[in-house]
Amino acid sequence: MKSLINVPETVVADALRGLAAAHPGLAVDVDNRVVVRRDAPVAGKVGLVSGGGSGHEPLHGGFVGPGMLSAACPGEVFTSPVPDQMVRAAAAVDSGSGVLFVVKNYTGDVLNFDMAAELAEDEGIQVAKVLVNDDVAVTDSLYTAGRRGTGATLFVEKLAGAAAEEGAPLERVEAIGRQVNERARSFGVALTAVTTPAKGSPTFDLPEGELELGIGIHGEPGRERRAMMTAREIADYAVDVVLADLRPTGPVLVLVNGMGGTPLLELYGFNAEVRRVLDERGVVVARTLVGNYVTSLDMAGCSVTLCQVDEELLRLWDAPVETPALRWGR
Amino acid sequence: MTDQNGGPVLDTAFFRRWLAAMAAAVERAADRLTELDSAIGDADHGSNLQRGFRAVTTALEKDAPAAPGAVLTLAGRQLISTVGGASGPLYGTLLRRAGKALGDAAEVTQAELAEALRAGVAGVAQLGGAKAGDKTMLDALEPAAEALGTSFAAAAEAADRGALATVPLLARKGRASYLGERSIGHQDPGATSSALLITTLAATAEEAAR
Repeated sequence: MKSLINVPETVVADALRGLAAAHPGLAVDVDNRVVVRRDAPVAGKVGLVSGGGSGHEPLHGGFVGPGMLSAACPGEVFTSPVPDQMVRAAAAVDSGSGVLFVVKNYTGDVLNFDMAAELAEDEGIQVAKVLVNDDVAVTDSLYTAGRRGTGATLFVEKLAGAAAEEGAPLERVEAIGRQVNERARSFGVALTAVTTPAKGSPTFDLPEGELELGIGIHGEPGRERRAMMTAREIADYAVDVVLADLRPTGPVLVLVNGMGGTPLLELYGFNAEVRRVLDERGVVVARTLVGNYVTSLDMAGCSVTLCQVDEELLRLWDAPVETPALRWGR
Repeated sequence: MTDQNGGPVLDTAFFRRWLAAMAAAVERAADRLTELDSAIGDADHGSNLQRGFRAVTTALEKDAPAAPGAVLTLAGRQLISTVGGASGPLYGTLLRRAGKALGDAAEVTQAELAEALRAGVAGVAQLGGAKAGDKTMLDALEPAAEALGTSFAAAAEAADRGALATVPLLARKGRASYLGERSIGHQDPGATSSALLITTLAATAEEAAR
């Protein structure tokens, strides 16, 4: 498989140097793997720190900036960052108002952020944590690591970030983050397997003519494989699975998210089908975002995330944001 | 070097040789570990451990810790700071707990090492919330820690057997658990690398006793 890289060992560092070159509003520490908004710490403002394995760009580094994250900690490809990075990020953004960790529910991320929270608290930084676990493809039971954090991470980071930007205290920012996670659900499908730079070949075998339903964002295979479906059939399946779990009673935010290897032309076509299903089911769409936001390297496929919003959450969604990947209202 | 019973002397140099042997074994096994991980995980276990044990090697050269316990705690701290994923905290906790249990004695007995390894394994179980049979590192480490009470060779054999025995198991923890039934039929990469840690320990002991 051909890739636009130098050597696999430096892909993360190379991308960070490129991020720094493109976005002067970010302070990028390439050696220590921390991306911080340049004006941090902002007096009186709660800091928002997230992070996770690389390979999901623009998540998380592309969401650093006014109105969203204060800092991001990129790990190796598909590997959680280490506690040292998170502590460094927390120290860089803490104005004395405390720091919220936004953590996707994967064993590695949870363990490393937990260790980091303890270390940061030892340094006198007040830390709260929101766990994102929106993926309905995983049965949340005693027998799995629990639901994965996927598309809802964008909603949590945007809405909690907007609340923090307005000066809300740590408890409030944390409560918004939890509320958003509780009201959001996702489901993803893969048309191809992902190729990691370290391995150089697809992480699982997905034949032409088949698709994988209920995939994660790390090249984990899904739970079910079927004969290839049309966009219409995929939308029917994915939206209904999400609705069955979410059971929304009000308007929703829609994220039609590309996995990295699917063209926008197809994603917009898919969004038309998603809207059709939602209309048929009587679900009101408040806002829609279409694009590659929570990706899985070169994987073709998409995910659908729905998040039920009230007036307050909708206002936070519309609030100004200025990051590499999301910007409006400023 | 052997003690009066013909067993290996478990001093600082021994622990450094053990971790050097582990680092070399990880280099050799990296591709295989990554391959196992791509079947039921995310295809990076080999490269992650490689990065971690390279950092351990560098740190041991630079800091030259003066006791067996200090060797293990330093190695554990390096793994936490460099590996990431779940393996970093879990391997780091294993070695740090074991190192702390050894205290600052300049030389330890095999029984003390077995006891320390059990403490480390308990730390892994506590942090990860897994138990034997969940298709994790513990399936190799728990039987190995028990068997180390008998002999190094028995520990190595128990670790290898434990790793192999993960093949028919259904994963209940970590990323492999998302696969449900489809995790069956694959050997767990964490149990496999854990077995390496024990077999390199046994090989280092055998060499020392020669």
